[in-house]
Amino acid sequence: MAESAPATHDDHHEPSGLIKYIWSTDHKIIGMQYLFTGMFMALVGGFFAYAFRMQLAFPGVDIPGWGTMTPPDYNALVTNHGTIMIFWVAMPVLIAAFGNFLIPLMIGCDDMVFPRLNRLSYQVFLLSTIILLASFFVPGGAFGGAWTAYPPLSAQSTYNLTPWGAPLWLLAVALEFAAFLMGGINFITTTMNSRAPGMKMHDIPLVVWMIVLASIIFMLSVGPLFAGAIMLFFDQVLGTGFFDPNRGGDPVLWQHMFWFFGHPEVYVVLLPAMGIVAEIITVFARKKFFAYTPVLYTTFAAGVASFTVWAHHQFIAGIDPRMAHIFTVTTLLISVPIAVIVFCSIATLYGGSIRFKTPMLWALSFIFEFLLGGVTGIYLGAAGADVYFHDSYFVLAHFHYTFFPIAIIGTFAAITYWFPKMFGRHMNETLGKIHFVGTIIPFNLIFIPLFILGLAGQHRRIYSFSLFPDLAKPEFQDLRVFATVSLLVMLAFQFVFLFNFFSSMIKGRKAEKNPYDANTLEWTTESPPPHGNWSELPSVYRGPYEYSVPGRADDFWPQNEPS
Amino acid sequence: MFEPFKVEALSTFASDIDGVIILVTILVGFWFFVAQAALIGFCIHFRHRDGHKAQYIAGDKKSETRWITIPLALIVTCDVFIAMADGPVWKKVKEHRPEPDRIVRVIAQQWAWTFVHPGQDEKLGTPDDITTTGDLHVEVNKVYHFELSSRDVLHSFSVPVFRLKQDAIPGRTIVGWFEATGTGTYDIQCTEICGIGHGLMPARIQIETPEQHAAWVSERSQTLLASTTSLRAGQE
Repeated sequence: MAESAPATHDDHHEPSGLIKYIWSTDHKIIGMQYLFTGMFMALVGGFFAYAFRMQLAFPGVDIPGWGTMTPPDYNALVTNHGTIMIFWVAMPVLIAAFGNFLIPLMIGCDDMVFPRLNRLSYQVFLLSTIILLASFFVPGGAFGGAWTAYPPLSAQSTYNLTPWGAPLWLLAVALEFAAFLMGGINFITTTMNSRAPGMKMHDIPLVVWMIVLASIIFMLSVGPLFAGAIMLFFDQVLGTGFFDPNRGGDPVLWQHMFWFFGHPEVYVVLLPAMGIVAEIITVFARKKFFAYTPVLYTTFAAGVASFTVWAHHQFIAGIDPRMAHIFTVTTLLISVPIAVIVFCSIATLYGGSIRFKTPMLWALSFIFEFLLGGVTGIYLGAAGADVYFHDSYFVLAHFHYTFFPIAIIGTFAAITYWFPKMFGRHMNETLGKIHFVGTIIPFNLIFIPLFILGLAGQHRRIYSFSLFPDLAKPEFQDLRVFATVSLLVMLAFQFVFLFNFFSSMIKGRKAEKNPYDANTLEWTTESPPPHGNWSELPSVYRGPYEYSVPGRADDFWPQNEPS
Repeated sequence: MFEPFKVEALSTFASDIDGVIILVTILVGFWFFVAQAALIGFCIHFRHRDGHKAQYIAGDKKSETRWITIPLALIVTCDVFIAMADGPVWKKVKEHRPEPDRIVRVIAQQWAWTFVHPGQDEKLGTPDDITTTGDLHVEVNKVYHFELSSRDVLHSFSVPVFRLKQDAIPGRTIVGWFEATGTGTYDIQCTEICGIGHGLMPARIQIETPEQHAAWVSERSQTLLASTTSLRAGQE
């Protein structure tokens, strides 16, 4: 499906063929490249989930499309499912694809300030993708030491038994970071320097702010992990002992480096998704965003606070137990800024005139599902409760209730909303709603059983529970089967989306400039926008959310319309 | 319906941890339902109807923002309650260790658990120590310290019925404690991925009455004695 994507949409943009497309510096094309690569990787990550969930529900079965699963297979699939969904789906789609596509269009400029750096960013990202996928075809197979890659397991091939897979995995992740640093530099610089005349800081749409803040958080947090990745790479291939206790190293050091990045990373992907939701609910509720300025500053605060919570991933990892109190408090406190953003999104609906179009359904379901992910995080932030829940399916269900809304629901919201602008055509609304229902309901039916299994003490990354009498009861297995069948249903409904996506691209109803009567600047140019975006660059006269202003006949007021 | 999924609470701190879990459930559960009710209620009440225009609310007046700030103050209060309840529990489980009645050694490796129990002399590190693989024998109502170490990679020693979990780190010995409050045989898990055999290193904890435990120790001591004697005989 998506494999054929680049060829399918190539002819829409650059008449001079594939080479021109690959070497384009146009931010919209680079955004599409990230989008299609991310969608392809989502299929890979989804296929992995299918394969290992089949093993869990029907241990030892001959899995269609995979075959019989061995323990090394299982570990490699679990590891790379997590790695792919975060680094090769959530980040490229939410930040890179939509950041690239939207930032110049929403701030009213013709392209990124460093277009060639932007192109290099995608090319390095593509290289990292190829390396990651190649790691499945090397002697020993792909890395299977979890996406957190804790040494000594990840550091020494005598332990992980993947002499090629582990360094390739690490190399791919490090290159991916480099790609996103280049992209992030562009997002921040472009937003600060290239806004349309008249666009003040408080006139910038929230989604742009969120992507910029995410890029800043990423830049500030990735340094230690990048250093750690190089140290780990040296441990793997040069035989150094940074993380080897037998030679004076410390394996727990890696955990600090990883989670000092890893927790801010949650916000790196969360913020763009929240920004997408903010854009959509204002348009479909015909409402000004509730408390724009406080929300913006709260988000800054959340970004800063996200650097102070990392050790809540390490409560039982052998850190000084007295430290746990501090990290419990910071973790509980970070619930406050996130609650502000969620509450203000809900408050925006108050007094609205809500239209339940497909993008709006996704945006509302984001809030609905993310709330459960948010509140279940409190259990894990409280160190005492975390002793029981750590590394259980409760944790797994919790973060899927955050990451699924972020990476999947947020992406579907964004794609269905900006599709007319990206491709100049509308998606089919009926198919969109079928896909929505067929995704959201099974999603809950997958992960609610996993919450129950986690409460019952089921631990993570286990190939088969048959050796654990307390977990091998038939009732437990019934829930595992139920979750897997729900996953199969959800995956089946994704073909509805793929069909809708590609068929609408070719023969969907033609989209006008501003099909939703929205205010932000991307809706003032053609659909799709030409190279250079506007024939005459727009000026800005007001904020992005002036909907239903009293005394006006129209219920919207585009940012570029003179008063 | 949920009966098969109930995990017994069999240590002196298990019910404390369950208490934190219940407190969090009540406090965050309340906010969860309030927020969902607002979300769903607004969606129904403010759905698009012909002739109705949306209101213009910027959310910059005090009368408007208090709908956010008051709930937030209450949430912070809830956070304080949770932190206050959680702190002492964590302290009890991980910081304060009561004097031990017995000490056992727990050694993790790819992919097995080795347990060293004191023999009839009640002392660890003497020739009558009882070493087992995959089987930890403890006596109910006795304070145990465990000395946890790893021979290779990270592992994690987890006993769900005790609500106990602690990572094992190569190069370190981490001491923890537990006191069982009921008898039976339950799973011990490794809860840190440790390689391809991560799912293949199960172990069981046997929590025994004093009589059962004494019988086990003496039985094992005799076996040990017999094997040492035969070993010596062989050497001679």
